[in-house]
Amino acid sequence: MTDQTMTLAGKPQTWTRARTGWTIFIAACLLAIGNSVLPAGLVRPPEWLILPFADWINALFVFVRDDLGLLYLTRAFADGVEWLLDVTANLLYGKNRWPRIGPIPWTVIASIGFVIGYALQGWRLSLLTGGTFVWIAIMGQWKWAMETLSVIVVAAPFSILFGLVMGILAWRSKAFERILNPVLNIAQSLPHFAYMIPVVVFIGVGPKAGAIVTIIFSVPPMIRMSLLGLRKVPHEVIESGHMCGSTRWQLLRYVRIPTARTEILVGVNQVIMQCLAMVVLASFIGMPGLGQKLLQLLQALKIGRSVEIGITIVLLAVMLDRCTKAWATKQPEHFEKGTSFAVRNKFLLIGAGLSLACLVLAQFVPLMDQIGRRDAFTISKPIDAVADWFIVLIDPVTQWLRWFLITWVLIPIRDAFLWMPYAAILALLAAAGWAIGGLRSALVCLGFFGLIAMSGWWDRAMITVYTVVVAVSIASLMGFPLGIWGSFNEKRASLALLICDTLQTFPSFIYLIPVVMLFGVNDVAVVGAVVLFAAVPLVRYTIEGLRQVPETLIEAADMSGATRMQTLWKVRLPMALPTIMVGVNQSVMFSLFMVIIAAFIGTQDLGQEMQRALSSTDVGKGLVLGLAVAFMGLMVDHLVSTWARSKKEALGLE
Amino acid sequence: MTAAAPVISCKNVWKLFGANPEQYLKSLTGNPGFDEIRQAGYIAAVRDVSLDIAKGEMLVIMGLSGSGKSTFVRCLSRLIDITGGEVTVEGQNIGEMSEKELIDLRRNKMGMVFQSFGLLPHRTVLDNVAFPLEMRGQDRHERRARALEVIELVGLSGREDYFPRELSGGQQQRVGIARSLAIEPDIWFLDEPFSALDPLIRREMQDEFLRLQEMLGKTIVFITHDFDEALRLADRIAIMKDGVVEQCDTPDQIVLNPATEYVAKFTEEIEKSRVVHAGVLAREVNGHNLTGVPVGDKQTIAELARLLVNDSRDFLPVASNSGTLVGALSRQEALDVLLGAGS
Repeated sequence: MTDQTMTLAGKPQTWTRARTGWTIFIAACLLAIGNSVLPAGLVRPPEWLILPFADWINALFVFVRDDLGLLYLTRAFADGVEWLLDVTANLLYGKNRWPRIGPIPWTVIASIGFVIGYALQGWRLSLLTGGTFVWIAIMGQWKWAMETLSVIVVAAPFSILFGLVMGILAWRSKAFERILNPVLNIAQSLPHFAYMIPVVVFIGVGPKAGAIVTIIFSVPPMIRMSLLGLRKVPHEVIESGHMCGSTRWQLLRYVRIPTARTEILVGVNQVIMQCLAMVVLASFIGMPGLGQKLLQLLQALKIGRSVEIGITIVLLAVMLDRCTKAWATKQPEHFEKGTSFAVRNKFLLIGAGLSLACLVLAQFVPLMDQIGRRDAFTISKPIDAVADWFIVLIDPVTQWLRWFLITWVLIPIRDAFLWMPYAAILALLAAAGWAIGGLRSALVCLGFFGLIAMSGWWDRAMITVYTVVVAVSIASLMGFPLGIWGSFNEKRASLALLICDTLQTFPSFIYLIPVVMLFGVNDVAVVGAVVLFAAVPLVRYTIEGLRQVPETLIEAADMSGATRMQTLWKVRLPMALPTIMVGVNQSVMFSLFMVIIAAFIGTQDLGQEMQRALSSTDVGKGLVLGLAVAFMGLMVDHLVSTWARSKKEALGLE
Repeated sequence: MTAAAPVISCKNVWKLFGANPEQYLKSLTGNPGFDEIRQAGYIAAVRDVSLDIAKGEMLVIMGLSGSGKSTFVRCLSRLIDITGGEVTVEGQNIGEMSEKELIDLRRNKMGMVFQSFGLLPHRTVLDNVAFPLEMRGQDRHERRARALEVIELVGLSGREDYFPRELSGGQQQRVGIARSLAIEPDIWFLDEPFSALDPLIRREMQDEFLRLQEMLGKTIVFITHDFDEALRLADRIAIMKDGVVEQCDTPDQIVLNPATEYVAKFTEEIEKSRVVHAGVLAREVNGHNLTGVPVGDKQTIAELARLLVNDSRDFLPVASNSGTLVGALSRQEALDVLLGAGS
């Protein structure tokens, strides 16, 4: 009885919602068609609507920095971090600071890498971990890589500790969680550069600024994962802790945190990956290391050398990712009774023995201590030769593609976006919002883009939107077919997922190397990098969505006499759609980040302005631009997740 | 079973879930039904339960899922705060205890076993068992010695260094039992301890449990949804439905005289003769002519079946283990239990 009334009531409601959506859509079209006769206030945001957000933020910053004296606090914290950085810098690459015993010979670090890899998972990981260090050393990149690593070694523990504490606080206090959640949402959609500007203002430039921006940037996922882990501890485990007479502290320390181990370690993994991504980008604020070298080489178009550095960064990323994941999934195992101390601690002993041996050998064989640039190998010449040959070979294609994309796709679409009256775009978004989630979603869309209009950066924002729209569309054209093709058999799917996972661990910066190599420095290269970066989550989630379709449904379709194509279109894709949309959502987020990073190879969007704000350390402008990007991401996130949720409910998936 | 003060005593215990249960409970008049309370937006997990549990007694609380039995046992250890009424443990009202007193009580007097074991995944068997001892700050050597003792008691010697995930379900529950016994509790709560195990292992664990209980003689509250298990283990059974105790009595009495239709549904399919003891059916001796060999009062009617069918006496003497005469057993009545009342 109640079920019946509910379905009866449900239908007309969605129908009117769709109709309202269409009505607003038609209004938006009318606004667009009437572009030439519209009053100027509807074509571009009028002067009186634009609020000086940047000035307000700057005033607030000046107040916080000077009047509240936060500057002293941050400088003090930064000095502490700097001291730690000096210690690791001395140990890893011999910077002349206390304790003045470094640098540790590269062979020692590499042999420790071999042992850790083996202890965590076995030979393959051992080869990856140790091999990465060997590669770095013989390619003569040791100092740069250690500059990068020394920052991660300091920044990651801070983030982990800070994230864990915040996670525990949020878990303890609902009120705190309610405040924290929107902050985290915005923080996770702010582009990297938006973090750098305030840090430059408060701390300056150089390694310590790089370390601090890395700490701030990598905290959010740790908070999220700690909270999730603490929530997931089984009820009975906690009750058993209570019944064993644990005090609150004992319960947290001995029961909750150890039981949440896996989630917390996944958080650690994400922190380290975020750290690496940020450390590479922090070269923009004077952070030395691999990122800075890559930036210089790319700008000088030295492809061979940048590929070498790129390989190093990729190896480091994959190694750090695999090691922390192996650590997270490693379950404790017991030793048989009467196992000797040596066997119980064999990895510790082997590691210590190998390090000692290398340390002694390094005293006699200088090459085992350090490999200078002169002794190092380089493969840049052959890479350059191959790249040159390849570029000449496909030059007609790239030339044509570049010409075609720029004249027939990019410029017309960009002009169309810029031609649209802002009122029409706002109406369009409201229509989409209303159709998906009713009044509330329409207001959310209007709110986010309304604020962008009021920021005074409408045209720049539209260029960012256009780049993202074009890139995600091209990525979808590539990603969906690839994903569908990849999902057809188990072996192919797991291979494709492995490749996607690996590609996702690469810092975004890396994606610029091949496109700059092929297209040079222009719009096409930017779009190309964004497309590459955005296609990965699309492929990944398409495969996952299609593989998750319950076996019984496919069997039912087979028994109904459906062909493979019919099964795909009528059963698999509709069931997988909510998951695929999660991929689209992530793809949009990734492209937003990438567009902003790609700014330094020449765009005219928000990213370029953000670079200017960075070089003039204009906090207000930088944050306004960053928030504009974040709002775009948050709006898409809101629309997609609202849609996916209602769709999942309708399909009975949750 | 003794006349001494009960170890656990519940008076009019209520547990309601909802927005503002205390206030709602105060506004209640009379005894509203489960559905009536649900209409008001509250879930009544425990309704007006009064029970006494004597020292050394094994009380089994039987009910189907959602009957409130697991909530009730958590009220007895204050894992859940009750909405109304009073729970006293050894004369102390646990609702009024401070956090510290409560922790002390749990550290020294109570042990609990959980349905899905509640073991700490990152600790070995030994460390899991020693956990309550560690919590109360005992030193390492004592902890280890005591833990090894209980591990041996539950038959897991040699597996001290295993991690929970390396053990079978039955073995994991043995760890749970060992842990709950480590502090030598007086009161032992078991929340469906064998429900997650498959039938053969369950039977074996029940035997093991009876062996332990015979040795240790604890006061026990045992939760189960399995009526056979309840009959097998209990001194007394409390049958719960929708938060109310429908009947609380010995297995014999529940089988012979189910108080409500709901209870009768459970007893219908039960082989009564396997449950009812001669001692329960024995009447006063006056006037009956009792001759011949007596039957033991702890023997079930099923155990006496052959004798009852072949014997020619109308009344049989019933004697306790020590040989004192308890009463007279009507052979006809016993045969009715054995074969069902003639109609």
